[in-house]
Amino acid sequence: MTTTTDTLALQPRRSALYAGNTGAVIHRGLLATRSTNYLVVLSGFFEPVFYLLSLGIGFGALVGTVQTSTGQEVPYAAFIAPALLAVSAMNGAVYDSTWNVFFKLNYSKLYQGMLTTSLGPLDVALGEIFLALLRGAMYAVGFMVIMQAFGLNLAWTALLALPAVLLIAFGFASLGMAITSYMKTFQQIEWVTFIMLPMFLFSATFYPITVYPEAIQWLIQALPLWHGVELVRGLTTGALSPMMFVHVGYYLVMIAIGIVFTTGRLRALFLK
Amino acid sequence: MSQPVISARQLTKTYGDFTAVAGIDFEVAPGESFGLLGPNGAGKSTTMRMVGAVSTRTSGELNILGLDPNDHGPDIRSQLGVVPQQDNLDQELRVRDNLLVYGRYFGLPRRLVAERADALLEFAQLTDRKKAKVDDLSGGMKRRLTIARALINEPRILLLDEPTTGLDPQARHILWDRLFRLKEQGTTLVLTTHYMDEAEQLCDRLVVVDKGSIMAEGSPASLIREYSSREVLEVRFGSDKNAEAAERMAGVGDRLEVLPDRILVYSENGEAALERITSLGLEPITSLVRRSSLEDVFLRLTGRSLIE
Repeated sequence: MTTTTDTLALQPRRSALYAGNTGAVIHRGLLATRSTNYLVVLSGFFEPVFYLLSLGIGFGALVGTVQTSTGQEVPYAAFIAPALLAVSAMNGAVYDSTWNVFFKLNYSKLYQGMLTTSLGPLDVALGEIFLALLRGAMYAVGFMVIMQAFGLNLAWTALLALPAVLLIAFGFASLGMAITSYMKTFQQIEWVTFIMLPMFLFSATFYPITVYPEAIQWLIQALPLWHGVELVRGLTTGALSPMMFVHVGYYLVMIAIGIVFTTGRLRALFLK
Repeated sequence: MSQPVISARQLTKTYGDFTAVAGIDFEVAPGESFGLLGPNGAGKSTTMRMVGAVSTRTSGELNILGLDPNDHGPDIRSQLGVVPQQDNLDQELRVRDNLLVYGRYFGLPRRLVAERADALLEFAQLTDRKKAKVDDLSGGMKRRLTIARALINEPRILLLDEPTTGLDPQARHILWDRLFRLKEQGTTLVLTTHYMDEAEQLCDRLVVVDKGSIMAEGSPASLIREYSSREVLEVRFGSDKNAEAAERMAGVGDRLEVLPDRILVYSENGEAALERITSLGLEPITSLVRRSSLEDVFLRLTGRSLIE
Protein backbone atom coordinates (compact mmCIF):
# COMPACT_ATOMS: atom_id res chain seq x y z
CA MET A 1 0.00 0.00 0.00
CA THR A 2 2.71 2.44 1.02
CA THR A 3 4.70 1.96 -2.17
CA THR A 4 1.69 2.75 -4.37
CA THR A 5 1.15 5.92 -2.38
CA ASP A 6 4.70 6.94 -3.11
CA THR A 7 4.46 6.32 -6.84
CA LEU A 8 1.25 8.31 -6.97
CA ALA A 9 3.03 11.22 -5.32
CA LEU A 10 5.77 11.03 -7.92
CA GLN A 11 3.46 11.29 -10.90
CA PRO A 12 3.62 14.56 -12.81
CA ARG A 13 1.02 16.96 -11.59
CA ARG A 14 -2.09 16.98 -13.73
CA SER A 15 -3.76 20.24 -14.51
CA ALA A 16 -6.70 20.97 -12.25
CA LEU A 17 -8.57 22.47 -15.20
CA TYR A 18 -8.01 20.06 -18.02
CA ALA A 19 -7.44 16.31 -18.15
CA GLY A 20 -7.24 16.09 -21.95
CA ASN A 21 -10.32 13.89 -21.95
CA THR A 22 -12.93 15.96 -23.78
CA GLY A 23 -13.62 12.86 -25.87
CA ALA A 24 -15.35 11.16 -22.93
CA VAL A 25 -17.75 14.08 -22.55
CA ILE A 26 -18.53 14.03 -26.27
CA HIS A 27 -19.00 10.25 -26.24
CA ARG A 28 -21.52 10.67 -23.42
CA GLY A 29 -23.42 13.36 -25.31
CA LEU A 30 -23.69 11.25 -28.44
CA LEU A 31 -24.94 8.24 -26.47
CA ALA A 32 -27.51 10.41 -24.70
CA THR A 33 -28.74 11.90 -27.97
CA ARG A 34 -29.00 8.49 -29.56
CA SER A 35 -31.02 7.01 -26.74
CA THR A 36 -33.41 9.78 -25.83
CA ASN A 37 -33.68 13.07 -27.61
CA TYR A 38 -32.92 12.77 -31.30
CA LEU A 39 -36.48 13.79 -32.16
CA VAL A 40 -35.97 17.10 -30.40
CA VAL A 41 -32.76 17.55 -32.35
CA LEU A 42 -34.53 16.83 -35.62
CA SER A 43 -37.35 19.31 -35.00
CA GLY A 44 -34.90 22.23 -34.78
CA PHE A 45 -33.78 21.55 -38.33
CA PHE A 46 -37.14 22.28 -39.92
CA GLU A 47 -37.71 25.76 -38.52
CA PRO A 48 -35.43 27.66 -40.96
CA VAL A 49 -36.57 25.40 -43.80
CA PHE A 50 -40.16 26.55 -43.22
CA TYR A 51 -39.03 30.18 -43.20
CA LEU A 52 -37.20 29.65 -46.47
CA LEU A 53 -40.19 28.05 -48.15
CA SER A 54 -42.71 30.60 -46.94
CA LEU A 55 -40.73 33.84 -47.12
CA GLY A 56 -38.04 33.01 -49.65
CA ILE A 57 -40.03 31.13 -52.23
CA GLY A 58 -43.56 32.40 -51.52
CA PHE A 59 -43.08 36.00 -50.43
CA GLY A 60 -39.93 36.27 -52.57
CA ALA A 61 -42.03 35.96 -55.73
CA LEU A 62 -43.51 39.39 -54.87
CA VAL A 63 -40.16 40.96 -53.97
CA GLY A 64 -38.01 40.01 -56.95
CA THR A 65 -34.37 40.92 -56.33
CA VAL A 66 -32.56 42.63 -53.45
CA GLN A 67 -29.26 44.43 -53.30
CA THR A 68 -26.62 42.96 -50.95
CA SER A 69 -24.21 45.08 -48.90
CA THR A 70 -21.63 44.78 -51.69
CA GLY A 71 -24.11 46.12 -54.25
CA GLN A 72 -24.94 42.84 -55.96
CA GLU A 73 -28.54 42.21 -57.14
CA VAL A 74 -29.69 38.74 -56.02
CA PRO A 75 -33.06 36.94 -55.97
CA TYR A 76 -34.86 37.39 -52.63
CA ALA A 77 -34.63 33.70 -51.69
CA ALA A 78 -30.85 33.75 -52.28
CA PHE A 79 -30.70 36.86 -50.07
CA ILE A 80 -32.42 35.37 -47.05
CA ALA A 81 -31.23 31.74 -47.36
CA PRO A 82 -27.67 32.43 -46.07
CA ALA A 83 -29.14 34.48 -43.22
CA LEU A 84 -31.41 31.58 -42.29
CA LEU A 85 -28.39 29.30 -42.47
CA ALA A 86 -26.60 31.47 -39.90
CA VAL A 87 -29.76 31.54 -37.81
CA SER A 88 -30.08 27.74 -37.83
CA ALA A 89 -26.51 27.43 -36.58
CA MET A 90 -27.27 29.97 -33.88
CA ASN A 91 -30.50 28.27 -32.83
CA GLY A 92 -28.99 24.82 -32.54
CA ALA A 93 -26.03 26.10 -30.55
CA VAL A 94 -28.07 28.35 -28.28
CA TYR A 95 -30.75 25.75 -27.55
CA ASP A 96 -28.11 23.22 -26.58
CA SER A 97 -26.04 25.60 -24.51
CA THR A 98 -28.92 27.20 -22.61
CA TRP A 99 -31.85 24.85 -21.96
CA ASN A 100 -29.87 21.62 -22.09
CA VAL A 101 -26.92 22.93 -20.14
CA PHE A 102 -29.17 24.58 -17.54
CA PHE A 103 -30.93 21.29 -16.93
CA LYS A 104 -27.66 19.40 -16.58
CA LEU A 105 -26.24 22.04 -14.26
CA ASN A 106 -29.17 22.38 -11.92
CA TYR A 107 -31.39 19.32 -12.15
CA SER A 108 -29.68 16.20 -13.38
CA LYS A 109 -26.43 17.18 -11.59
CA LEU A 110 -24.56 15.78 -14.55
CA TYR A 111 -21.58 18.12 -14.31
CA GLN A 112 -21.33 17.60 -10.59
CA GLY A 113 -20.90 13.88 -11.23
CA MET A 114 -18.40 14.47 -14.02
CA LEU A 115 -16.26 16.68 -11.82
CA THR A 116 -15.94 14.05 -9.09
CA THR A 117 -13.96 12.01 -11.64
CA SER A 118 -10.59 13.02 -13.02
CA LEU A 119 -12.25 15.27 -15.61
CA GLY A 120 -11.53 18.97 -15.28
CA PRO A 121 -13.98 21.82 -15.89
CA LEU A 122 -12.34 22.65 -19.22
CA ASP A 123 -12.93 19.08 -20.46
CA VAL A 124 -16.60 19.45 -19.62
CA ALA A 125 -16.94 22.92 -21.14
CA LEU A 126 -15.16 21.99 -24.39
CA GLY A 127 -17.08 18.73 -24.70
CA GLU A 128 -20.47 20.34 -24.23
CA ILE A 129 -19.61 23.22 -26.56
CA PHE A 130 -18.44 20.75 -29.18
CA LEU A 131 -21.76 18.90 -28.95
CA ALA A 132 -23.72 22.11 -29.38
CA LEU A 133 -21.50 22.92 -32.33
CA LEU A 134 -22.02 19.51 -33.86
CA ARG A 135 -25.73 20.04 -33.70
CA GLY A 136 -25.40 23.46 -35.33
CA ALA A 137 -23.24 21.87 -38.04
CA MET A 138 -25.80 19.14 -38.75
CA TYR A 139 -28.54 21.72 -39.19
CA ALA A 140 -26.26 23.73 -41.46
CA VAL A 141 -25.30 20.83 -43.71
CA GLY A 142 -28.94 19.84 -44.11
CA PHE A 143 -29.92 23.41 -44.89
CA MET A 144 -27.12 23.83 -47.41
CA VAL A 145 -28.29 20.76 -49.27
CA ILE A 146 -31.71 22.35 -49.54
CA MET A 147 -30.16 25.64 -50.69
CA GLN A 148 -28.26 23.77 -53.36
CA ALA A 149 -31.43 22.02 -54.50
CA PHE A 150 -33.19 25.37 -54.92
CA GLY A 151 -30.18 26.87 -56.68
CA LEU A 152 -29.53 29.43 -53.95
CA ASN A 153 -25.76 28.90 -53.69
CA LEU A 154 -24.59 31.44 -56.23
CA ALA A 155 -20.81 30.90 -56.06
CA TRP A 156 -18.26 28.17 -55.32
CA THR A 157 -17.32 30.06 -52.15
CA ALA A 158 -20.59 28.75 -50.71
CA LEU A 159 -18.51 25.73 -49.67
CA LEU A 160 -16.70 28.01 -47.24
CA ALA A 161 -20.02 28.84 -45.62
CA LEU A 162 -19.79 25.50 -43.85
CA PRO A 163 -16.73 26.33 -41.73
CA ALA A 164 -18.16 29.82 -41.30
CA VAL A 165 -21.34 28.37 -39.86
CA LEU A 166 -19.28 26.20 -37.51
CA LEU A 167 -17.54 29.32 -36.30
CA ILE A 168 -20.90 30.98 -35.68
CA ALA A 169 -22.20 27.96 -33.80
CA PHE A 170 -19.00 27.82 -31.75
CA GLY A 171 -19.35 31.46 -30.80
CA PHE A 172 -22.98 31.14 -29.72
CA ALA A 173 -22.41 27.83 -27.93
CA SER A 174 -19.51 29.03 -25.83
CA LEU A 175 -21.09 32.37 -24.95
CA GLY A 176 -24.46 30.68 -24.34
CA MET A 177 -22.94 28.19 -21.94
CA ALA A 178 -21.12 30.95 -20.07
CA ILE A 179 -24.34 32.93 -19.65
CA THR A 180 -26.29 29.82 -18.62
CA SER A 181 -23.79 29.02 -15.89
CA TYR A 182 -24.82 32.25 -14.15
CA MET A 183 -28.55 31.57 -14.34
CA LYS A 184 -30.58 30.41 -11.42
CA THR A 185 -34.12 29.90 -12.79
CA PHE A 186 -35.80 28.80 -15.99
CA GLN A 187 -37.42 32.24 -16.25
CA GLN A 188 -34.01 33.79 -16.76
CA ILE A 189 -33.49 31.53 -19.77
CA GLU A 190 -36.71 32.85 -21.23
CA TRP A 191 -34.89 36.16 -21.42
CA VAL A 192 -32.39 34.62 -23.79
CA THR A 193 -35.24 33.54 -26.04
CA PHE A 194 -36.71 37.03 -25.73
CA ILE A 195 -33.47 38.59 -26.96
CA MET A 196 -32.92 36.01 -29.69
CA LEU A 197 -36.20 36.64 -31.46
CA PRO A 198 -35.66 40.33 -32.31
CA MET A 199 -32.04 39.61 -33.12
CA PHE A 200 -33.24 37.00 -35.60
CA LEU A 201 -35.81 39.32 -37.18
CA PHE A 202 -33.79 42.54 -37.36
CA SER A 203 -30.17 41.52 -38.07
CA ALA A 204 -30.45 42.24 -41.83
CA THR A 205 -31.92 38.78 -42.10
CA PHE A 206 -34.89 39.59 -44.34
CA TYR A 207 -33.86 42.96 -45.80
CA PRO A 208 -30.66 45.01 -46.17
CA ILE A 209 -29.45 46.89 -43.10
CA THR A 210 -29.58 50.17 -45.10
CA VAL A 211 -33.33 50.50 -44.39
CA TYR A 212 -32.44 51.61 -40.83
CA PRO A 213 -31.32 55.06 -39.68
CA GLU A 214 -27.63 55.15 -38.92
CA ALA A 215 -27.93 54.82 -35.13
CA ILE A 216 -29.95 51.62 -35.43
CA GLN A 217 -27.47 50.32 -37.97
CA TRP A 218 -24.67 50.71 -35.41
CA LEU A 219 -26.69 48.84 -32.83
CA ILE A 220 -27.40 45.95 -35.19
CA GLN A 221 -23.77 45.80 -36.17
CA ALA A 222 -22.74 45.44 -32.55
CA LEU A 223 -24.80 42.26 -32.20
CA PRO A 224 -23.32 38.87 -33.08
CA LEU A 225 -25.93 37.60 -35.53
CA TRP A 226 -25.42 40.44 -38.03
CA HIS A 227 -21.75 39.45 -38.37
CA GLY A 228 -22.79 35.87 -38.97
CA VAL A 229 -25.42 36.80 -41.55
CA GLU A 230 -23.05 39.08 -43.47
CA LEU A 231 -20.26 36.50 -43.42
CA VAL A 232 -22.40 33.65 -44.72
CA ARG A 233 -24.22 35.82 -47.23
CA GLY A 234 -20.92 37.04 -48.65
CA LEU A 235 -19.76 33.46 -49.10
CA THR A 236 -22.91 31.99 -50.67
CA THR A 237 -23.40 34.93 -53.04
CA GLY A 238 -19.69 35.14 -53.85
CA ALA A 239 -19.34 38.78 -52.76
CA LEU A 240 -16.09 38.61 -50.82
CA SER A 241 -14.87 41.63 -48.90
CA PRO A 242 -12.20 42.47 -46.31
CA MET A 243 -15.03 43.05 -43.79
CA MET A 244 -15.20 39.26 -43.53
CA PHE A 245 -12.05 39.27 -41.42
CA VAL A 246 -13.82 41.55 -38.97
CA HIS A 247 -16.76 39.12 -38.82
CA VAL A 248 -14.44 36.18 -38.18
CA GLY A 249 -12.55 38.18 -35.55
CA TYR A 250 -15.81 39.03 -33.80
CA TYR A 251 -16.60 35.34 -33.39
CA LEU A 252 -13.08 34.42 -32.28
CA VAL A 253 -13.35 36.94 -29.46
CA MET A 254 -16.81 35.64 -28.57
CA ILE A 255 -15.49 32.06 -28.40
CA ALA A 256 -12.56 33.03 -26.20
CA ILE A 257 -14.71 35.02 -23.78
CA GLY A 258 -17.25 32.19 -23.57
CA ILE A 259 -14.70 29.48 -22.82
CA VAL A 260 -12.83 31.51 -20.21
CA PHE A 261 -16.04 32.37 -18.35
CA THR A 262 -17.56 28.88 -18.62
CA THR A 263 -14.46 27.15 -17.31
CA GLY A 264 -14.03 29.59 -14.46
CA ARG A 265 -17.66 29.37 -13.54
CA LEU A 266 -17.79 25.55 -13.57
CA ARG A 267 -14.76 25.56 -11.36
CA ALA A 268 -16.34 28.02 -8.95
CA LEU A 269 -19.58 26.05 -8.87
CA PHE A 270 -18.26 22.55 -8.37
CA LEU A 271 -14.72 22.74 -7.08
CA LYS A 272 -15.16 25.44 -4.48
CA MET B 1 0.63 0.38 11.06
CA SER B 2 0.99 1.32 7.41
CA GLN B 3 0.82 4.92 6.30
CA PRO B 4 -2.73 6.34 6.56
CA VAL B 5 -4.62 6.85 3.28
CA ILE B 6 -6.33 9.91 4.68
CA SER B 7 -5.01 12.22 7.33
CA ALA B 8 -6.61 15.48 8.40
CA ARG B 9 -5.12 17.92 10.89
CA GLN B 10 -7.08 20.94 12.10
CA LEU B 11 -9.14 20.64 8.93
CA THR B 12 -11.42 23.67 8.70
CA LYS B 13 -14.02 24.93 6.26
CA THR B 14 -15.89 28.18 6.61
CA TYR B 15 -18.47 29.76 4.33
CA GLY B 16 -18.48 33.47 5.17
CA ASP B 17 -19.31 33.68 8.87
CA PHE B 18 -20.50 30.10 9.06
CA THR B 19 -18.05 27.45 10.21
CA ALA B 20 -19.07 24.12 8.70
CA VAL B 21 -16.02 22.18 9.87
CA ALA B 22 -14.10 23.54 12.87
CA GLY B 23 -10.62 22.09 13.00
CA ILE B 24 -11.03 18.31 13.00
CA ASP B 25 -8.28 15.69 13.20
CA PHE B 26 -8.59 12.14 11.97
CA GLU B 27 -6.71 9.42 10.15
CA VAL B 28 -7.92 6.50 8.11
CA ALA B 29 -5.74 3.42 7.65
CA PRO B 30 -5.70 1.41 4.41
CA GLY B 31 -8.48 -1.17 4.33
CA GLU B 32 -10.22 0.42 7.26
CA SER B 33 -13.90 1.17 7.34
CA PHE B 34 -14.30 4.61 8.84
CA GLY B 35 -17.53 6.37 9.74
CA LEU B 36 -18.49 9.98 10.29
CA LEU B 37 -21.57 10.13 12.47
CA GLY B 38 -23.53 13.20 13.29
CA PRO B 39 -26.86 14.98 13.08
CA ASN B 40 -27.88 16.93 9.99
CA GLY B 41 -25.69 19.99 9.53
CA ALA B 42 -22.85 18.59 11.61
CA GLY B 43 -20.32 19.09 8.81
CA LYS B 44 -20.17 15.49 7.58
CA SER B 45 -20.89 16.20 3.93
CA THR B 46 -18.55 19.18 3.86
CA THR B 47 -15.79 16.97 5.23
CA MET B 48 -16.58 14.35 2.60
CA ARG B 49 -16.37 16.94 -0.16
CA MET B 50 -12.96 18.07 1.04
CA VAL B 51 -11.76 14.47 1.20
CA GLY B 52 -13.22 13.95 -2.28
CA ALA B 53 -11.06 16.84 -3.57
CA VAL B 54 -14.04 18.80 -4.85
CA SER B 55 -13.96 21.42 -2.12
CA THR B 56 -10.92 23.33 -0.96
CA ARG B 57 -10.26 23.66 2.77
CA THR B 58 -10.15 27.03 4.46
CA SER B 59 -7.25 26.03 6.70
CA GLY B 60 -5.52 23.05 8.27
CA GLU B 61 -3.84 20.13 6.59
CA LEU B 62 -5.32 17.37 4.49
CA ASN B 63 -3.51 14.51 2.87
CA ILE B 64 -5.22 11.93 0.66
CA LEU B 65 -3.12 8.98 -0.57
CA GLY B 66 0.00 11.00 0.14
CA LEU B 67 -1.15 14.02 -1.86
CA ASP B 68 -2.48 17.46 -1.05
CA PRO B 69 -5.90 17.88 -2.73
CA ASN B 70 -5.20 21.58 -3.32
CA ASP B 71 -2.42 20.67 -5.74
CA HIS B 72 -3.44 17.24 -7.02
CA GLY B 73 -7.23 17.25 -7.31
CA PRO B 74 -7.50 15.18 -10.50
CA ASP B 75 -4.83 12.68 -9.39
CA ILE B 76 -6.64 12.10 -6.12
CA ARG B 77 -10.08 11.93 -7.72
CA SER B 78 -8.83 9.27 -10.14
CA GLN B 79 -8.22 7.04 -7.09
CA LEU B 80 -11.54 7.68 -5.36
CA GLY B 81 -15.02 6.30 -5.75
CA VAL B 82 -17.77 8.70 -4.75
CA VAL B 83 -21.33 7.83 -3.78
CA PRO B 84 -23.06 11.16 -3.20
CA GLN B 85 -25.95 11.73 -0.85
CA GLN B 86 -28.40 12.12 -3.72
CA ASP B 87 -28.04 9.80 -6.69
CA ASN B 88 -26.73 11.69 -9.68
CA LEU B 89 -26.94 8.91 -12.20
CA ASP B 90 -27.11 9.94 -15.83
CA GLN B 91 -30.84 9.79 -16.55
CA GLU B 92 -30.31 10.10 -20.29
CA LEU B 93 -28.28 6.89 -20.40
CA ARG B 94 -29.28 3.31 -19.79
CA VAL B 95 -27.97 1.28 -16.86
CA ARG B 96 -24.91 -0.29 -18.47
CA ASP B 97 -24.06 2.88 -20.39
CA ASN B 98 -23.94 4.75 -17.10
CA LEU B 99 -21.01 2.55 -16.08
CA LEU B 100 -19.29 2.69 -19.47
CA VAL B 101 -19.48 6.44 -19.78
CA TYR B 102 -18.37 7.03 -16.20
CA GLY B 103 -15.35 4.80 -16.72
CA ARG B 104 -14.43 6.84 -19.77
CA TYR B 105 -14.45 10.00 -17.64
CA PHE B 106 -11.41 8.51 -15.90
CA GLY B 107 -9.74 8.07 -19.27
CA LEU B 108 -9.85 4.28 -18.99
CA PRO B 109 -9.69 2.25 -22.21
CA ARG B 110 -13.01 1.17 -23.67
CA ARG B 111 -12.40 -2.56 -23.47
CA LEU B 112 -11.29 -2.44 -19.85
CA VAL B 113 -14.34 -0.39 -18.91
CA ALA B 114 -16.65 -2.85 -20.67
CA GLU B 115 -15.16 -5.80 -18.75
CA ARG B 116 -15.46 -4.02 -15.44
CA ALA B 117 -18.99 -2.82 -16.20
CA ASP B 118 -20.20 -6.38 -16.69
CA ALA B 119 -18.51 -7.56 -13.50
CA LEU B 120 -19.96 -4.64 -11.54
CA LEU B 121 -23.47 -5.20 -12.88
CA GLU B 122 -23.14 -8.71 -11.53
CA PHE B 123 -21.88 -7.37 -8.20
CA ALA B 124 -24.74 -4.88 -7.99
CA GLN B 125 -27.27 -7.57 -8.95
CA LEU B 126 -28.37 -5.53 -11.95
CA THR B 127 -27.26 -7.73 -14.83
CA ASP B 128 -30.82 -8.43 -15.94
CA ARG B 129 -31.59 -4.69 -15.86
CA LYS B 130 -28.57 -3.56 -17.83
CA LYS B 131 -30.61 -2.15 -20.71
CA ALA B 132 -33.20 -0.50 -18.46
CA LYS B 133 -33.63 3.24 -18.19
CA VAL B 134 -32.34 4.67 -14.93
CA ASP B 135 -35.74 6.18 -14.17
CA ASP B 136 -37.35 2.75 -14.18
CA LEU B 137 -35.11 1.43 -11.38
CA SER B 138 -36.23 1.27 -7.74
CA GLY B 139 -34.49 3.42 -5.12
CA GLY B 140 -32.38 0.50 -3.93
CA MET B 141 -31.34 -0.42 -7.48
CA LYS B 142 -30.34 3.17 -8.22
CA ARG B 143 -28.24 3.20 -5.10
CA ARG B 144 -26.53 -0.07 -6.06
CA LEU B 145 -25.90 1.29 -9.54
CA THR B 146 -24.38 4.45 -8.04
CA ILE B 147 -22.08 2.28 -5.94
CA ALA B 148 -21.18 0.11 -8.93
CA ARG B 149 -20.43 3.29 -10.88
CA ALA B 150 -18.17 4.53 -8.10
CA LEU B 151 -16.16 1.30 -8.37
CA ILE B 152 -15.50 1.48 -12.12
CA ASN B 153 -12.04 3.01 -11.62
CA GLU B 154 -11.15 0.43 -8.95
CA PRO B 155 -10.79 3.16 -6.33
CA ARG B 156 -8.49 2.81 -3.37
CA ILE B 157 -10.98 4.70 -1.23
CA LEU B 158 -14.74 4.58 -1.52
CA LEU B 159 -16.58 7.62 -0.11
CA LEU B 160 -20.23 7.03 0.76
CA ASP B 161 -22.38 9.95 1.89
CA GLU B 162 -25.43 8.54 3.69
CA PRO B 163 -25.54 5.45 1.49
CA THR B 164 -28.87 4.03 2.68
CA THR B 165 -30.93 7.14 3.50
CA GLY B 166 -34.41 6.77 2.07
CA LEU B 167 -34.21 3.03 1.36
CA ASP B 168 -36.58 0.40 2.69
CA PRO B 169 -35.20 -2.25 5.10
CA GLN B 170 -34.77 -4.92 2.43
CA ALA B 171 -32.85 -2.59 0.15
CA ARG B 172 -30.68 -1.44 3.06
CA HIS B 173 -29.71 -4.98 3.98
CA ILE B 174 -28.79 -5.85 0.41
CA LEU B 175 -26.68 -2.73 0.25
CA TRP B 176 -24.93 -3.46 3.54
CA ASP B 177 -24.14 -6.93 2.28
CA ARG B 178 -22.52 -5.47 -0.85
CA LEU B 179 -20.52 -2.94 1.16
CA PHE B 180 -19.40 -5.63 3.55
CA ARG B 181 -18.04 -7.63 0.62
CA LEU B 182 -16.05 -4.63 -0.55
CA LYS B 183 -14.65 -4.25 2.92
CA GLU B 184 -13.63 -7.90 2.91
CA GLN B 185 -11.84 -7.32 -0.38
CA GLY B 186 -9.77 -4.61 1.29
CA THR B 187 -11.41 -1.45 -0.08
CA THR B 188 -11.08 1.46 2.32
CA LEU B 189 -14.57 2.74 3.09
CA VAL B 190 -15.35 6.19 4.43
CA LEU B 191 -19.02 6.75 5.12
CA THR B 192 -21.28 9.25 6.76
CA THR B 193 -24.54 8.22 8.29
CA HIS B 194 -27.02 9.10 10.94
CA TYR B 195 -28.24 5.54 11.21
CA MET B 196 -26.63 3.96 14.23
CA ASP B 197 -27.33 0.40 13.15
CA GLU B 198 -25.56 1.15 9.88
CA ALA B 199 -22.50 2.47 11.70
CA GLU B 200 -22.44 -0.61 13.96
CA GLN B 201 -22.75 -2.91 10.94
CA LEU B 202 -20.14 -1.33 8.74
CA CYS B 203 -17.61 0.75 10.68
CA ASP B 204 -14.42 -0.47 12.29
CA ARG B 205 -13.93 2.94 13.76
CA LEU B 206 -15.92 6.13 13.79
CA VAL B 207 -16.00 9.70 14.91
CA VAL B 208 -19.09 11.44 16.23
CA VAL B 209 -19.27 14.95 14.75
CA ASP B 210 -21.46 17.76 15.97
CA LYS B 211 -21.40 21.44 15.00
CA GLY B 212 -18.23 20.94 12.98
CA SER B 213 -16.19 19.34 15.77
CA ILE B 214 -15.36 15.78 16.74
CA MET B 215 -17.10 14.82 19.99
CA ALA B 216 -15.77 11.26 20.33
CA GLU B 217 -13.75 8.69 18.44
CA GLY B 218 -13.36 4.92 18.66
CA SER B 219 -14.78 1.57 17.61
CA PRO B 220 -18.54 1.15 18.07
CA ALA B 221 -17.95 -1.18 21.04
CA SER B 222 -15.44 1.11 22.74
CA LEU B 223 -17.70 4.14 22.29
CA ILE B 224 -20.57 2.28 23.91
CA ARG B 225 -18.28 1.26 26.78
CA GLU B 226 -17.03 4.78 27.25
CA TYR B 227 -20.17 6.84 26.82
CA SER B 228 -22.94 4.46 27.82
CA SER B 229 -23.47 1.44 30.06
CA ARG B 230 -23.73 -2.21 29.06
CA GLU B 231 -27.51 -2.22 29.31
CA VAL B 232 -30.34 0.26 29.33
CA LEU B 233 -33.58 -0.16 31.26
CA GLU B 234 -36.52 1.80 29.91
CA VAL B 235 -39.44 2.31 32.32
CA ARG B 236 -42.70 4.21 31.86
CA PHE B 237 -44.94 5.45 34.62
CA GLY B 238 -47.19 7.70 32.53
CA SER B 239 -46.23 11.16 31.33
CA ASP B 240 -47.34 13.02 34.45
CA LYS B 241 -45.72 10.62 36.93
CA ASN B 242 -42.30 10.10 35.32
CA ALA B 243 -40.60 13.07 36.98
CA GLU B 244 -41.81 12.15 40.45
CA ALA B 245 -40.80 8.50 40.03
CA ALA B 246 -37.37 9.56 38.81
CA GLU B 247 -36.75 11.49 42.03
CA ARG B 248 -37.40 8.39 44.08
CA MET B 249 -35.20 6.31 41.77
CA ALA B 250 -32.11 8.44 42.39
CA GLY B 251 -29.03 6.25 42.76
CA VAL B 252 -30.40 3.35 40.72
CA GLY B 253 -28.01 2.42 37.89
CA ASP B 254 -25.03 4.50 36.69
CA ARG B 255 -27.10 7.35 35.33
CA LEU B 256 -30.77 8.31 34.81
CA GLU B 257 -32.22 10.18 31.91
CA VAL B 258 -35.77 11.50 32.23
CA LEU B 259 -37.59 11.90 28.94
CA PRO B 260 -41.17 13.16 28.58
CA ASP B 261 -42.53 9.68 27.90
CA ARG B 262 -40.08 7.42 29.75
CA ILE B 263 -37.07 7.12 32.04
CA LEU B 264 -33.84 5.56 30.86
CA VAL B 265 -31.70 3.82 33.45
CA TYR B 266 -28.14 3.21 32.28
CA SER B 267 -26.81 0.18 34.12
CA GLU B 268 -24.45 -2.79 33.89
CA ASN B 269 -27.38 -5.04 34.70
CA GLY B 270 -30.84 -3.91 33.62
CA GLU B 271 -32.77 -6.68 35.36
CA ALA B 272 -31.09 -5.91 38.69
CA ALA B 273 -31.94 -2.24 38.28
CA LEU B 274 -35.58 -3.15 37.62
CA GLU B 275 -35.67 -5.24 40.78
CA ARG B 276 -34.33 -2.30 42.81
CA ILE B 277 -37.02 -0.06 41.38
CA THR B 278 -39.82 -2.45 42.29
CA SER B 279 -38.28 -2.94 45.74
CA LEU B 280 -38.64 0.85 46.18
CA GLY B 281 -42.37 0.30 45.80
CA LEU B 282 -42.56 1.78 42.28
CA GLU B 283 -44.65 0.00 39.69
CA PRO B 284 -43.81 0.95 36.10
CA ILE B 285 -46.57 0.50 33.51
CA THR B 286 -44.07 -0.98 31.08
CA SER B 287 -40.41 -1.89 31.36
CA LEU B 288 -37.82 -2.98 28.82
CA VAL B 289 -34.23 -4.08 29.24
CA ARG B 290 -32.03 -3.79 26.17
CA ARG B 291 -28.37 -3.67 25.27
CA SER B 292 -26.88 -0.25 24.97
CA SER B 293 -26.44 0.87 21.34
CA LEU B 294 -24.53 3.52 19.47
CA GLU B 295 -27.77 5.49 19.43
CA ASP B 296 -27.44 6.01 23.17
CA VAL B 297 -23.88 7.25 22.67
CA PHE B 298 -24.95 9.46 19.84
CA LEU B 299 -27.84 11.06 21.73
CA ARG B 300 -25.70 11.57 24.81
CA LEU B 301 -23.00 13.31 22.80
CA THR B 302 -25.11 15.37 20.45
CA GLY B 303 -28.11 16.02 22.70
CA ARG B 304 -31.76 15.21 22.23
CA SER B 305 -33.00 18.56 21.07
CA LEU B 306 -33.78 18.85 17.40
CA ILE B 307 -31.11 20.85 15.60
CA GLU B 308 -32.36 22.37 12.39
